[in-house]
Amino acid sequence: MKMNVDGTSYDVDVEDEMPLLWVLRDELNIKGPKYGCGIAQCGACTVHIDGLAVRSCSIPAQLAADKDITTIEGLGNDETRHAVQEAWIEHQVAQCGYCQSGQIMSAASFLLLNPSPTDDQIDQAMSANLCRCGTYPRIREAIKTAAAKLRGEA
Amino acid sequence: MADLGKIARRTFLVGSVSIAGGVAFGTYVVRKPHANPLKDDLGEGEATFNPWVKISDTGITLIAPHVDLGQGGASVQAALIAEEMDLDFGQFEVSFGPPAAAYYNAALAEEAVPFLSTDTSFQANMMRGVMTSAFKLLGAQVTGGSSTVPDSFEKLRLAGAVARETLKKAAAKEYKAKVGDLSTESGHVILPDGQRIPYTSLAARAAKTKPVTNVDLRPESEWRLIGKPMERIDIVAKSTGTVRYGIDVNVDGMVHAAVKLNPRQGGALNGFDASKAQAMRGVLEIVPIKNGVAVVADNTWRAFKAADAIDFDWGPAPYPAEMDDHWATLSQSFGEENLDSVWRDDGDLDDELANATSFQAEYMAPYVAHQPLEPISAIVRADDDGAEVWVGTQMPRFVQTNVAAIVGCDPEDVVLHNQYVGGSFGHRLEDDHVKACAEIAVAMKGTPVKVTYSREEDFAHDFPRQIAMGRMQGAHKDGQVSALDISIAMPSVTDSQTSRQPLEAPPGPDSQIAAGAWNLPYTLPAFRMSAYKAPPLAPISSWRSVGASTNGFFADAFLDELIHEAGADQLEERLRIMNDDVSRKVLEAVGEMSNWGSSLPKGRGRGVAFVRSFGVPCAEVIEVTDTPNGIKVDKVFVAADVGKVVDPINFDNHVKGAVVWGLGHAMNCEITYSDGMAQQSNYHAHEGMRLYQCPEILVQGLENGAKIRGIGEPPVPPAAPALANAIFAATGKRLREMPFNKHAKFV
Repeated sequence: MKMNVDGTSYDVDVEDEMPLLWVLRDELNIKGPKYGCGIAQCGACTVHIDGLAVRSCSIPAQLAADKDITTIEGLGNDETRHAVQEAWIEHQVAQCGYCQSGQIMSAASFLLLNPSPTDDQIDQAMSANLCRCGTYPRIREAIKTAAAKLRGEA
Repeated sequence: MADLGKIARRTFLVGSVSIAGGVAFGTYVVRKPHANPLKDDLGEGEATFNPWVKISDTGITLIAPHVDLGQGGASVQAALIAEEMDLDFGQFEVSFGPPAAAYYNAALAEEAVPFLSTDTSFQANMMRGVMTSAFKLLGAQVTGGSSTVPDSFEKLRLAGAVARETLKKAAAKEYKAKVGDLSTESGHVILPDGQRIPYTSLAARAAKTKPVTNVDLRPESEWRLIGKPMERIDIVAKSTGTVRYGIDVNVDGMVHAAVKLNPRQGGALNGFDASKAQAMRGVLEIVPIKNGVAVVADNTWRAFKAADAIDFDWGPAPYPAEMDDHWATLSQSFGEENLDSVWRDDGDLDDELANATSFQAEYMAPYVAHQPLEPISAIVRADDDGAEVWVGTQMPRFVQTNVAAIVGCDPEDVVLHNQYVGGSFGHRLEDDHVKACAEIAVAMKGTPVKVTYSREEDFAHDFPRQIAMGRMQGAHKDGQVSALDISIAMPSVTDSQTSRQPLEAPPGPDSQIAAGAWNLPYTLPAFRMSAYKAPPLAPISSWRSVGASTNGFFADAFLDELIHEAGADQLEERLRIMNDDVSRKVLEAVGEMSNWGSSLPKGRGRGVAFVRSFGVPCAEVIEVTDTPNGIKVDKVFVAADVGKVVDPINFDNHVKGAVVWGLGHAMNCEITYSDGMAQQSNYHAHEGMRLYQCPEILVQGLENGAKIRGIGEPPVPPAAPALANAIFAATGKRLREMPFNKHAKFV
């Protein structure tokens, strides 16, 4: 089947039910999305499909075929970073960093839908992404900074 | 901070002596120098001054022997070298360093002896000396015990200073100048005429220059980096998804393995039927290993799936199958035959109990899993005469030794590439997964094998935090606490951990059974602390803050009960009995930050707790609200004294993370056993804190302590008692058993 990932098209020969995460990581060597729990509990595997955040560990390859898939590495890179990535750097959010690909992908999708979120809305939107290091206070601040950047205010 | 350099030098003779013998390795064992671990793979034109700095004509590499688990260890170690070497961030690469005996961890050994960390008496220093020597002999290159900064603070700055002065000497020869006329700046030696010579172009000359060893460390007033906000070297990569953790590493020709081990940890494999798995797509090999079976496939998911399709006949657990029996064992361990040590016995306890109002309480703390977000994984390629290993580990020397034993070669023939780790909290102090990978690799010689544990397999084989029980009694008289008698029983973490390594448990009592309780800096008419070593139960390991994570809760929450019964103010009474100035200032700081004593609306409560662990006094005040939907944690105020805050940003992030860690697990996490198996298999059943539950956390770092200390663990132990005490203040309900959601509801 055909996979469009970060602007590149790939032909892959995998089972229909292989989770998208493992197609990305083991078949295409795209390691930005992380394996954390395998059951959509932690959000470390979050990618965008047609702009919306999904848990790639729980999306069968078949459902992702022919769609536009964006991973953390396609969201931005060292030259052109996404506003959320800029904010994450500015606030030095990461400790171990393993969950942060997923946090950033969730935040980017969320801010697209809600450019001026309240504190409660941020809490609700981001609580499905687990961070074992406990970087939550910085995640909250970085989202506010990113929102301002995206609105052209910072 | 008072006179840090002098004190550090007195207790920590490594730096200056280390360089005297030549190229920096002289004193890392008691008698004979360890070999320079970098020398073997030095290329032409490269010079090595010591094990921490490597310069070639193309670049500068700083070696950080403490692995980066997310604590920013790589950054902080590099900053210490760069401070003295006049390097800027961006001018060097950081490598975790090959496993080598020279990188032993002195600070960790210092904490393993039965003296207060504030006790600098002759006897205490003698004992610390002995333990440090023992660690040197073991070559224990271990990351843990909040020891990265204490272990590195002097050593790495000295390394930087020696490198700088030796480069200047080399430049003086090369350019016929006097060393005294040279200076350094941003990776260059500056000649008298202003010409800037890059360090890299001096590498070859420096290699032939006898190192300058009589260097002075710069005074605090001249520091450019230390104490100022830094940008972590990994922050961009960790924000763009480009960091490669151990689990992300690819090696040419690599295959993917999954394992199924007896879920009754340590139990035998009686038999299995892999016929279904064998026939599944992508499956290459089925390999029986110790206590289980591995499936090797061409893709991780296919390996997971095939492993799930194997039928097993497992043997029984080598520990009680049911949880009730674990608790019963602890309950029966408070007897003479299990008494490990009485750590303090001040005053006449019987007399004080008899002549005052006394009462008792029992406290409990469950097994808790580590479960960092990166599941454990490893890559091993076994060859006829050695092996190559790619893994993120806190104890590379042990991994080398253990892999060598399985492969059948010398430890020196195991090449280990340490990797970035996606969180550990003590998990990567274990290496059973690397041993499993080595077994598979031996069955497939020449092929690199990556084993990845599924989250469920990781949970089933997480060596959790110890289970513990506290039997407390105390008394109060005339509105003051007059007696405190703490008895704690737990299986020995040290014994369990060392049983899985080629090590004997160190002699003497296990300090972790008493950590966080016996060393409270309180003077009371009577204060006794007795540690009871329960028989081994489920296998356990070091969990962020180790013994203090359970004992700090027991000791401070019970003290809170006593103070309440005495009718005294919780903060004032703790301050009244406090006998250590550095600790007192920490407690006073959270009092001020939280505006202690100000009134709170009905339904809200405020609790304070103080615990000293890893030499760091740490106090926390927590405010909660008793809402109709449950307890909401509103705010946390934290103060801790580490002697010197190296990077205020990392300090702040670390303290907040440790508070979240301490609170989340106290609220809702436990591992329980039934039929010999852990009943929690993934994050839905062992959740920790989610973002919506995270309180506002305000942090203050104090610098009154004489020694520099690490902050990775010390804010964990006070979190649980501060929360329990706040919940009591808000609701009148005492919580004496973790996790608290057994007895209280949280929003």
